[in-house]
Amino acid sequence: MADAHPPVAEEPNRRDFLYLATGAFAAVGAANIVWPLIDQMNPDASVKALSSIEVDLAAIESGQSITVTWRGKPVFIRRRTEAEVSDARSVAAAELPDPEVDADRVIKDEWLIMVGICTHLGCVPLGQSGDFNGWFCPCHGSHYDTSGRIRKGPAPKNLEIPPYDFVGDTRIKIG
Amino acid sequence: MSGESTYNPGNGFTKWMDSRLPIMRLAHDSFVDYPTPKNLNYWWTFGGILTFCLVTQIVTGIILAMHYTPHTSMAFNSVEHIMRDVNYGWLMRYIHANGASMFFLAVYIHMFRGMYYGSYKAPREVLWILGVLIYILMMAAGFMGYVLPWGQMSVWGATVITNLFGAIPVVGDSLVTLMWGGFSVDNPTLNRFFSLHYLIPFLIAGVVVLHIWALHVPGNNNPVGISVKGEQDTVPFHPYYTVKDGFALALFMILFSYFIFFAPNVLGHADNYIPANPLVTPAHIVPEWYLLPFYAILRAVPDKLGGVALMFGAIFVMFLLPWLDTSKVRSARYRPLFRQFFILFIIDCLILGYLGAKPAEGVYIVLARVATVYYFAHFLIILPLLGLVEKTKEVPESISASIHPTAPQAAE
Amino acid sequence: MKNFTLKALASSAVVLASLVMPAHAAGDAKHPEAMEWSFSGPFGTYDRNALRRGFQVYKEVCASCHGLSHMAYRNLSQPGGPEFSEAEVKAIAAEYLVEDGPDDYGDMFERAALPRDGFVEPYPNENAGRAANGGAYPPDLSLINKARGGGADYVYAILAGYEEAPEGMEMRAGLYYNPYMSGGKIAMPAPLLEDIVEYGDGTPATVEQMSADVVHFLEWAAEPKMEERKRIGLMVMIYLSIFAALMYISMRKIWADQH
Repeated sequence: MADAHPPVAEEPNRRDFLYLATGAFAAVGAANIVWPLIDQMNPDASVKALSSIEVDLAAIESGQSITVTWRGKPVFIRRRTEAEVSDARSVAAAELPDPEVDADRVIKDEWLIMVGICTHLGCVPLGQSGDFNGWFCPCHGSHYDTSGRIRKGPAPKNLEIPPYDFVGDTRIKIG
Repeated sequence: MSGESTYNPGNGFTKWMDSRLPIMRLAHDSFVDYPTPKNLNYWWTFGGILTFCLVTQIVTGIILAMHYTPHTSMAFNSVEHIMRDVNYGWLMRYIHANGASMFFLAVYIHMFRGMYYGSYKAPREVLWILGVLIYILMMAAGFMGYVLPWGQMSVWGATVITNLFGAIPVVGDSLVTLMWGGFSVDNPTLNRFFSLHYLIPFLIAGVVVLHIWALHVPGNNNPVGISVKGEQDTVPFHPYYTVKDGFALALFMILFSYFIFFAPNVLGHADNYIPANPLVTPAHIVPEWYLLPFYAILRAVPDKLGGVALMFGAIFVMFLLPWLDTSKVRSARYRPLFRQFFILFIIDCLILGYLGAKPAEGVYIVLARVATVYYFAHFLIILPLLGLVEKTKEVPESISASIHPTAPQAAE
Repeated sequence: MKNFTLKALASSAVVLASLVMPAHAAGDAKHPEAMEWSFSGPFGTYDRNALRRGFQVYKEVCASCHGLSHMAYRNLSQPGGPEFSEAEVKAIAAEYLVEDGPDDYGDMFERAALPRDGFVEPYPNENAGRAANGGAYPPDLSLINKARGGGADYVYAILAGYEEAPEGMEMRAGLYYNPYMSGGKIAMPAPLLEDIVEYGDGTPATVEQMSADVVHFLEWAAEPKMEERKRIGLMVMIYLSIFAALMYISMRKIWADQH
């Protein structure tokens, strides 16, 4: 009956443990079902399969740039002039907002390859413009130098260098 | 439910909230301290199970929509993309596809339970009508969802069902053209079905809120069909029925998981893995199993308009059930004759379902006609008459008296 | 009496479930025999060697007419499939040419296929397929095992079940007799002949062996995530059983004071 409630000293503890165990077990199950619900939004197998491209650089002359698409993002490939390289190397890295030496940002001095996305809020910067003759982002006025390093403006970081490798003298594989 | 709210806001924030938007009080009164008849059996757990089904369908459906493309040239491939490339995409799709079947299985049990225990009778007519409304919305959602993969059964099922409306006099043809957005089931049709398929579950959720509201005003019916007479007849919803519903849900999920993981395609039709081809009709067009009884009624009539009218009539007659059943006694436990007719009715529905999957020819047609006649007779003749002629058993005095009978009485 | 109702309702579910098994009323067609497949049953898995042999049969025989449009070469190395190494898959893909472009001058060009590319189709479009096969389009095979009522058994029966037409049966040119086909006539000539392929692992290439292997491969093509599905399913079943037991015990304890 409803009012029959004989309190036994150790019983509540055993009950509490049972309810706790059941609740915890349910929570573990819920946590496990949540993962597939989230993971489905991650890049799928067909997207991941597209994640590397090869680019032929032979046709690019000194002082010219091309833009290629990699993972849906623009990648700037610039064959820098000697002046640009020496410009980039003449700055003391320590003075920069995001200190980095130019030599660490290239594999071959001449070839600057970077993701063309402003590190501020994701716009695509314009080439060979801005106060440092590198790139300039018109959205919020970030200036990058000839090494793609941030020099002035709101962007916090230098333009990102994608993973790439030379697979021939004038051929690179990005990704 | 009648009676004072027992909600007692514990801290400053809940007190502040309670005087502005008493949502915690509503939840407490509806799902924690809600007084529930203490004699509910497992057939009463399907309300909770159905809520689970609805949430599951909405969550997996939203996820599938993130990857699906509602265009005739891409729909089939995008479903295969989900099955093959999307992380756990196969799981989402198999849950959603089998979830529809599980949803209908649960709703049929829920409805037959309501019929057996007379849960549609006063003062629960509105509750029942809202339930039938949910059922109709579910059929619309299920039908449109089956079209989205754009396989052979999708396009031909859509063609057949939309053509039903062509039977309507005068406006029929224009109506069908309007629904198609063209002159056959094609891309505009697929697009709008996708849009509506996404909308309907939220309509269902809205009607479910009303359904629960309409439940909590008169309170639950129960296996003996007697109204609650006082506190001795009830227990608080939580923890008594949360745990019972939870246990039943766990068992239901085992069945559900069996289909998802070990037999994901047995409830579907092989032809829907063939991309839609508007030039070739499959040998046998069959709807999903949960629509088969109505499909059998449709085909039992040799006249197009008559078949359509009867099929919709078979659904709409359920709206009238509270008034067609003239008996004052709710539960079939105390209605020996009704109980036998109820079992016959279930068998009749199963036979209709069986015939819906068979070709419409020969003996199947004859059987379908007999079963259709019986289906309507059950509602329109048997139920009204039974209430007048049936000699019912003695009904116990109260719920608690039915659980602890003072005198030895055949309480099963 | 209550029990009777319970049973009636419970059996209704079972009957309904069995109803939906499509009535494959192919009338005159011979019913395919049930085969033993390693992938059947709740614990069934694919046989890697059979998958690899089956791929070989597909590639050397079927692929000349039948596409596999939902598959990409990369699928051949994914877990739960034939599990070729990535280098092997690269080499397999490189045997085919795909169109790419446009290049810097606006021209399309051909290049060797890469793992990420889809299986190369035998025909540029359906009409070309029809034209090359006397009007009958060879169906895509990616989903064939799921798109036919009898599943793997049926596809096997078709491949291994060619016979001489019974006497008195009129066979039009371009149609062949197969008792498992609805109507007994099929537009595909018997595709597999003894030793039409040479298996690398020395398995004798009988018609039955090749049919079974390629059906095995096609089952994987139709249901590539099956192994993952069953593996997760087993865990889910174990979890739910324990959870249901815990809920049951909790329920008994909570209800104890009401009985």
